[in-house]
Amino acid sequence: MRMGTAHKHGESGEHELARDPLPPGHAHEEYALHVHDLWAGYPGHPPAIEAINFHVPAGEIVGLVGPNGAGKSTLFKSILGLVKPIRGEVHAFGQAVRDARTEIAYMPQLEEVDWDFPVSVRDVVLMGRYRAGRIFGRWSALDHEAAAEAIERVGLTSFAGRQAGELSGGQRRRVLMARAIGRGARLLLLDEPFAGLDAAVQHDLLEILDGLIQEGRSILLATHDLSCVASCSDDVVCLNRRVIAQGSPANVLTEEVLSRTFDRHLLTVGSLASVAEGTVMFDEHDDEGGE
Amino acid sequence: MTVVLDWLFDPYSFEFMRRALAVLLIVSVVGGVVGTYVVHKGLAFSGDALAHSTLAGVAIAFVNGANVSLGALVAAVATAIGIGWTQRRGRVSYDTAIGILFVAMFSLGILVISRRSSYTPDLFSFIFGNILGVSDSDLLGAAILGAGTLLFVLAFRRELTMVAYDPAMAATVGVPVRVFQYALLVLIAVAVVVALKAIGIVLVNAMLIVPAATASLLARQVQRIMLLAVGVATLSSVVGLHLSFHANVATSPAIVLVACALFAVTLVASSRRRAVVTAV
Repeated sequence: MRMGTAHKHGESGEHELARDPLPPGHAHEEYALHVHDLWAGYPGHPPAIEAINFHVPAGEIVGLVGPNGAGKSTLFKSILGLVKPIRGEVHAFGQAVRDARTEIAYMPQLEEVDWDFPVSVRDVVLMGRYRAGRIFGRWSALDHEAAAEAIERVGLTSFAGRQAGELSGGQRRRVLMARAIGRGARLLLLDEPFAGLDAAVQHDLLEILDGLIQEGRSILLATHDLSCVASCSDDVVCLNRRVIAQGSPANVLTEEVLSRTFDRHLLTVGSLASVAEGTVMFDEHDDEGGE
Repeated sequence: MTVVLDWLFDPYSFEFMRRALAVLLIVSVVGGVVGTYVVHKGLAFSGDALAHSTLAGVAIAFVNGANVSLGALVAAVATAIGIGWTQRRGRVSYDTAIGILFVAMFSLGILVISRRSSYTPDLFSFIFGNILGVSDSDLLGAAILGAGTLLFVLAFRRELTMVAYDPAMAATVGVPVRVFQYALLVLIAVAVVVALKAIGIVLVNAMLIVPAATASLLARQVQRIMLLAVGVATLSSVVGLHLSFHANVATSPAIVLVACALFAVTLVASSRRRAVVTAV
């Protein structure tokens, strides 16, 4: 997981606020994901996200942080084409996203899924193996093998035949993560994979993500958990309708940037170094004036 | 023994009973398969609306001397598309929109019928079902529509399941989600039309929801639920058909009541079994 490796990014000590984007049509293949001037939202409402520029370098974990309503899910959905962008470009490995579907795996939030629908854990993970364009399609032996391997990786082998909806919240997240892993994609987009998980389960999932990075995969991870981002990400993108900052955790997770991201004062305890190591959590003040 | 065999096989010395059995087998297969989606996607009200909307098509076709089943099919598919449209961009809640479509189409049907002063028994057979009046062409129509429905579900069962379970993810891997959301509603519309002549507008939705609901108490996986639902529907149909023949009562309510009784028994048995498992 490159735990604690965040220090090395901090050496230059300068803030990299809203990094300069690459010019359009300059989407390098070494970028797993490159988002250029992306605007998106819903009809009849002002844009939920504006002028978004950032990238995910190949082989890295980039954490996406921001308050509720900052547009994290909208950003994910517009990257994936689920929400039609108003303008802007998104490239994965130098290709338009719709041409790179097999290279991208998406793990939605739990609420996106109909857990009452009667499918087994194995069925769900097999969905990740889907390739468009085959009617009367069946899952191949290779698909079954990849699904079984992904299920084993998240530690759910003994639950493979169970109905997915019978599992606990933490197990459900692992099912969706197995589905994303089993796709065999080079880029994983994970929307809040750690929400509501206890520290031990979170640690297990972080180990899994670490393994994926070792294999050369790239990850964009939306989360509320600043300590997790500080410890596990190579890069952090702070989002509040716009990109407030992108850079290494040590450079970006400063009081100034976080206050601008979360629209309020955040109490930071201890030094930035301990934050970057993930030993200190940011605490959000409900009471704006309180210190 | 011979009494039982007579009870079982005597009815089939009549051709109309053989035809009734054949159409009920088609209805059971289609109802069990499509009904599994209806029950698990909370589409029972949509099924009822689609069933009642067919009255408009039936009435208009009847008055103009056109094919009545074709009229029902056109009305049901049009309503399915209307339901799909309101689902996506309606400004009122989904079930309110369905309720409005439901009463509009049903009222249109009654209005058209009311223009005819004479008694129209053919129309009433569509409302309450007339299994013994199923003609060869009705049977052929049901067989073609039923086969089409089954082929579609077989061809796209992965896509249908993915769209039902997680439409957002399905879209990201290239499943045309909107097409399949409409397709599911059209499948329900077709299933309704398949069963319409035999079961009738008022009760046809039962063939979609009751067997699939019973099967859902017994299995936890789509394909197994479908197979069980087909079995439960077939059993209900055959038992109901015999009861109606021997007791001289209307067929479709007999079938539906048998199906509901099977559901009740399964519900009690499965909750007892669950209680035992929990206690252990």
